[in-house]
Order: sequence, then structure tokens, then C-alpha cells
Amino acid sequence: MDFTLTPEQESFRGEVRAWLSKQMRQEWVARLSKGSDIPRPEAYELLRRWQGQLHEAGFVGLTWPKEAGGRGLTFMEEMILQQEMALSKAPPVLNILAIGMAGPTIVAYGTDEQKRRYPPKMLSCEEIWCQGYSEPNAGSDLASLQTRAVKDGDHYVVNGQKVWTSLAHIADYMMLLARTDPSAPKHKGITYFLLDMKSPGVTVKPLKQMTGDAEFNEVYFDNVRVHESQILGGLDNGWAVGLTTLMYERLALGFGLQVRLRIALDGLVDMARATKKNGVPVTQDPVMRQKLAQMWIDTEVFKYTGARAITKLLKGELPGPEASAGKMMWVDGHQRVQELAMEIQGAFSQLTHGSAWAVADGLWQHTFLRSRANSIEGGTTEIQRNIIGERVLGLPKG
Amino acid sequence: MNFGFNEEQELLRSTARKFFENECGSDTVRRLMETPEGISPDLWTKLAEQGWLGLVYPEAYDGMGLGLVDLVVLMEEMGRAVVPGPYFSAVLLGGLAIVEAGSEAQKKEWLPKIAAGDRRVALAWMEPSAQLGPAGVTLTAVEKGGQYTLSGTKLFVHDAHTADALVVAARTRPGAGADGVSLFLLPKGTKGLEVTLLPTMDQTRKLCEVALSDVTIGPDALLGAAGAGWAPLARVLDRATVALCAEMCGGAQKVLDMTVEYAKIRQAFGRPIGSYQGVKHRAADMLVDVENSKSITYYAAWALDEGVAEAPLAVSMAKAYVSDAYRRVAAAGIQLHGGIGFTWEHDLHLYFKRAKGSEFTFGDATHHRERVAQLVNL
Repeated sequence: MDFTLTPEQESFRGEVRAWLSKQMRQEWVARLSKGSDIPRPEAYELLRRWQGQLHEAGFVGLTWPKEAGGRGLTFMEEMILQQEMALSKAPPVLNILAIGMAGPTIVAYGTDEQKRRYPPKMLSCEEIWCQGYSEPNAGSDLASLQTRAVKDGDHYVVNGQKVWTSLAHIADYMMLLARTDPSAPKHKGITYFLLDMKSPGVTVKPLKQMTGDAEFNEVYFDNVRVHESQILGGLDNGWAVGLTTLMYERLALGFGLQVRLRIALDGLVDMARATKKNGVPVTQDPVMRQKLAQMWIDTEVFKYTGARAITKLLKGELPGPEASAGKMMWVDGHQRVQELAMEIQGAFSQLTHGSAWAVADGLWQHTFLRSRANSIEGGTTEIQRNIIGERVLGLPKG
Repeated sequence: MNFGFNEEQELLRSTARKFFENECGSDTVRRLMETPEGISPDLWTKLAEQGWLGLVYPEAYDGMGLGLVDLVVLMEEMGRAVVPGPYFSAVLLGGLAIVEAGSEAQKKEWLPKIAAGDRRVALAWMEPSAQLGPAGVTLTAVEKGGQYTLSGTKLFVHDAHTADALVVAARTRPGAGADGVSLFLLPKGTKGLEVTLLPTMDQTRKLCEVALSDVTIGPDALLGAAGAGWAPLARVLDRATVALCAEMCGGAQKVLDMTVEYAKIRQAFGRPIGSYQGVKHRAADMLVDVENSKSITYYAAWALDEGVAEAPLAVSMAKAYVSDAYRRVAAAGIQLHGGIGFTWEHDLHLYFKRAKGSEFTFGDATHHRERVAQLVNL
């Protein structure tokens, strides 16, 4: 057991820290120090530029192979990068679905042409990716998806609908799961396509959420033609390819999530220190101290459980179903941070953006509302518990 | 970074698991917990032969010279088997107090004998106020003519009734702070020392009241310098707390294992109960509790071994988290077993009671959350 870094890793940390201290955008730092996050829609252009800068400095796709434009480093460097970005309150990587999911899946399953064509522009954020998985009647039960792709010469013609598609309104490409063989059992007969979002027949409709933002979208396909060279991992093999993507999703989230939770908690503690109730700071209230300390502990525990998972990865093991536990922990932690933020603000928690009385211009109100989606997106908490129960503990399926 | 155990530690784990399965099965635990001693001379000797009684003592005193991370492995296995008896009190409380505070002569006299299983030393630090921290030490030690006279009551003393000697925390100077707390080493049978065994909910853990009335001893009974006993005592308690957390992790893992096995075979409405989400989801929550408990405990052990600055913070984070987690896991284990889980015959109550007792040993979650709050300057 050893938590110390090698000299090379220390030097990498220094490299990251030095770069961030020069490049960090102070307006982000100022806003993040007031609230726990920034509403995404207002920040896309800024985030696009930010990822470009990160890429030029060589900090995107650290664990990707060099042939794909990455640096061929280990998850240790990835963790160091994430930690340093959290400490400096750096903005997140915008093209996260490409970096965390689509890219590694293409590296694993792609043709030489696909591997040459797509990964570099993912890293530079020249092409943004979204994920076309969920449908109105296929959420947790993803394999029930009904979007059809019918062969027509050397093309496939796609008809159907996707929903909850983050970033679709600014995306250039989609990881699309569509049914190519409706006569096969539902897990068979699905194919994974790399879809150009500018194709004729693709319609993106923003989906207004309970926050008032439109982060997600509905995507409609009306006789959209996709060339067969855009199939990833073989015809009717989409379920296996898609699961690989989901595995990478939980892994990618795992690295980022602890960092995001830490940022949120730091913001919460700052707010608690600055908020007075009955004439004393909230941090001096014995009940609130207990709650804040528990959040602090849970955030650290999450970090060390993550470190144990990374140790397994560094020994060459593949990410397994245990990643579901990490996702659940983050959800629980983050939703409690947000609830606690409202509790600290008390009556002021009712006021939001636009009121001079609102705390931090209503940023916490936004993140609080947004946090309700955490236990639904990326696999509901119920599905994560099924995965842990069945695939980690070996309990029988229902 | 490597957050895993090495080959020697994995070997220790498999050796210990086999040893306790063979030597300390549930029948043995139940037989021993009904006795006042809670241990048999035979089992104690075998623990000594494995080298485990001296696991963390320096080799110069016939110990194995291993660290807390190694100890964590052994403690997890002991918790898994709910091993009764004075390992905790003799090796990790009394013995470590001598390691941390004792003179060279005291270490030479006691540690090899503890490691060999020939002597046991208990630690009497808490009092009826149940207050943790130096303010809780009010038992007086008045010096007169080079002699000390100790009077007062110690409570929650593990295994004082079977110990050959007691380390007693006392005040040689009045006050509530760390300054003025002294440690004394009193042999069994010292005049004025009265030990009473108390009935405990967790029968595998024996607790005593120790009453001292005008116990008069010479300065050679001092363990370390007069008035400077709190710092070494705090180091002992931090180490013992992490060892306790590891023991709790092992117990929680065993409860989860038993529950999952049962949920696979027990049928209700024609299906194994584990196929119902009401059961499956609670089992998943148990797993998260167990895994998180291990993560923070392992980190705290490593932090203490390496002497990193935030080690006390890690210890309190671990005790706060694991106290709640083991209680939740043990309760869920009983619930998911249904009626059989509530019987005396089933072993679950041994774990449930151990979880409850451990929760309040060395401070509960509330105490340690407040310590975390202080250490991170909330």
C-alpha cells in the first residue's frame, strides 16, 4: 500500500499545476467560488475554447494511445490531472462524451479509417459528440429500443426517435444505436452507427427541463441515410459495442465525479462559513457541523474507494460492475450537498436568479434543481443497484 | 500509487482466515463468550505461536515489527470470526501503551511476555463521565514523599479482570487539559485496586469497572514522564481505533456474505428472495457501506504508518464512517434474513451486538464528526 507518487508523476503534477496557474480563467474561478457549478448552456463557447487550450497543452485524452492522438499515459496521470483541475476550480472538458465514451469505443472497435478520422477532432473539440441511446420507450430497458435502420444499397435508412440527448443541439456526431434486425431477440439485431448530425432528416428539438434550461434534446430521424462504412464494430453487434461505451462512461464519470463533488463541497463550506443564523456562522451550529462533517467524510471516502478501483485498473484489470457503486455514491453525495445548500440558505433558498436577495445570484438554486437528474441520467440508481446486486453480489435476476 | 495489499499481506489474510475457521468457529465463540474470561489458554497460546500477539511490536521486543496496514488484515479476519477475548485490550491497548510511553526497561520487561502470551496488560482510561479527551481523566494521583496515591473509578475497561497489570490514566496535576495526565502501570493485586466484571450486551467483549481507593505506589510505576501521558495515550487510541475499524470491516463483510448466500437460497412466492428488488437493492447498499468502510480504514492505517500530517483526521473519518456503516449493515443483515435472523441460534446477533458495542468504543460517529469538523477548521 503506497499513496506516494513516483518522481515522474510528481513532475507531471508540477507540469499541470504550472500550466493551470497561467491559463485559468479568473471569471470561472470567481463564479465557481460562489456556487458549485455553472449552468452549462451559457458556457458552451467558453468551454469549447477551454478544451482547445487544454488539448494544445496535451492534457486531453491522456490515457488514449498515441496513435489516436493521446499520450499513452496511465489512469494515475488522469487522476492527477483531475485533482489539479479541481483544486484550481478549472472548467470541465466539454466534449466529454467523445473523450470518455465514443473515442475509447472507436479505438477498441473501429476500422483503421474510423480510428484515423474521428479521435483527433474529438480531442481538439472541433467535433462534439452526443450519445443516441435512450428512447421514449427504452430508458433503463435500453435493449427495447425501436429506432430502425433498414438497408438500402450501401446505405442504411434510419427512422425513429431518441430522447434525453445531451449536447445534441451543438453536436457534430452521434453514437447511434438502431435496430437492424427486428426479427432477432432484442439484444441481438442492434447496430452501432457513427452518425453525422448534419445529415438530412435529423431534427433536434430542445427539451426544456425543470431547471428551465434545455440541456437535453429530443432527436428525430426521418429517412436519414447513413453509409455502411459508418457502422462501428460490425452489423448487429451494437449491444456489445454499446456496453463497452457504457463501461467507459462509468469509468470516465468516476474520475470526474469525485472532483466535481469536491468542488461542490468546497463551495458549500465557504457558503456555510459566510452565512449567519442566530448571529453565528452556520459552521458553528452543532447540528450543521455534523452534517457538513459527514459530507466531508463521504467525499473523502468516495476518493479512496475510487483509488482502490484505480489500483485495479493500473494492475491491468478492466473496469467492472463495481463502477456502479461509485456512480451511486456520487449521486447520493451530490444530492445531499445540494439539499444541504438549500438548508443553509433557509428562507433565502426560495429566491433565485434576478433577485438582489438571492444567494450567489441563484446559482445554488440551479444546481439544486439540476441534481435531481443525477439519480436518473447515466443509469438510474435503481439500475445501478440491480447491477451491483446481480453482477457483483451474484444475486438472481428478477 | 498502490492501494492494495502485497503478497505477504494476502498470505496473512488467507492464513488467518483458515486459522480462525479451524480454531474459532461459531461454536467456540459461543462457548467462550459464556465464560468470564472470554478466551481459553489454548487459543491464546495458539495466537502467540502465530506471532500475532506481537505483530506490531518492534523486533527488539520479540515482536514481528509489522505495521498497521498488516494489522488491518489480521483484524479484518478476527472481526469476520467475531473472535472473543482480550486481543484488543492486551495487544492493542495495554501493550501499545507500553510501546508508546514505557521506558526501555518496562518495554523489555513486558512486551516479550505479551508477545509470547505469558502476560496481559489492560488499559484503564475512561471514567463514569464517559467523556473522551483529556478532560475525561479526573482520577487523582497525589504525590507525597515520592509516593503516588491514586483514587477514583475507571469504567469501560476491557478485560481488566483477566489482566496481569493495568495501565491507569490519572491526573498528577489538576485541570482539564492534556497537561498533567500521567500513566501508571499497576500489577494485579495491588492493594486498593478492585475490579468488577460488568454484564455486556456484546458478550464477546468483556468490560470492567476498576475502583481505586488510596492505591499507593512508587514512582517506578509511572509509565513515561509524570504529567506527559496524554500524548502517548492519544497515539495508542488512534492506532487502536483504526484496528477496531478494521475489525468492524471484517464483521460487516461477513454479514454481507451471509446475507447474500441466504438470499440466493431462501425461497418466497416461488423465487429466491434475492431476485426481489426490495432485497437486492438493500444488499447493494450493504456492499457500498462495506467497500467504503474498507477504503477509509485502509487509508487511515497507511496514514498512521507513514506518519502523514492528516493521520488523525483520517482516523476520525474512518471511525465516523465505519461506526454508522457496520450498524446499518448488521441491522440490514437481520432484516433480510427475516425471523431466523432474530434467533439466538443464528450468528447474526453476535455481529449486530459487536457492531453496537464497537460503535461506542473510542468515540461514536457523532464524536468523530465533531473531531473532523475541528481538524478541517469548519
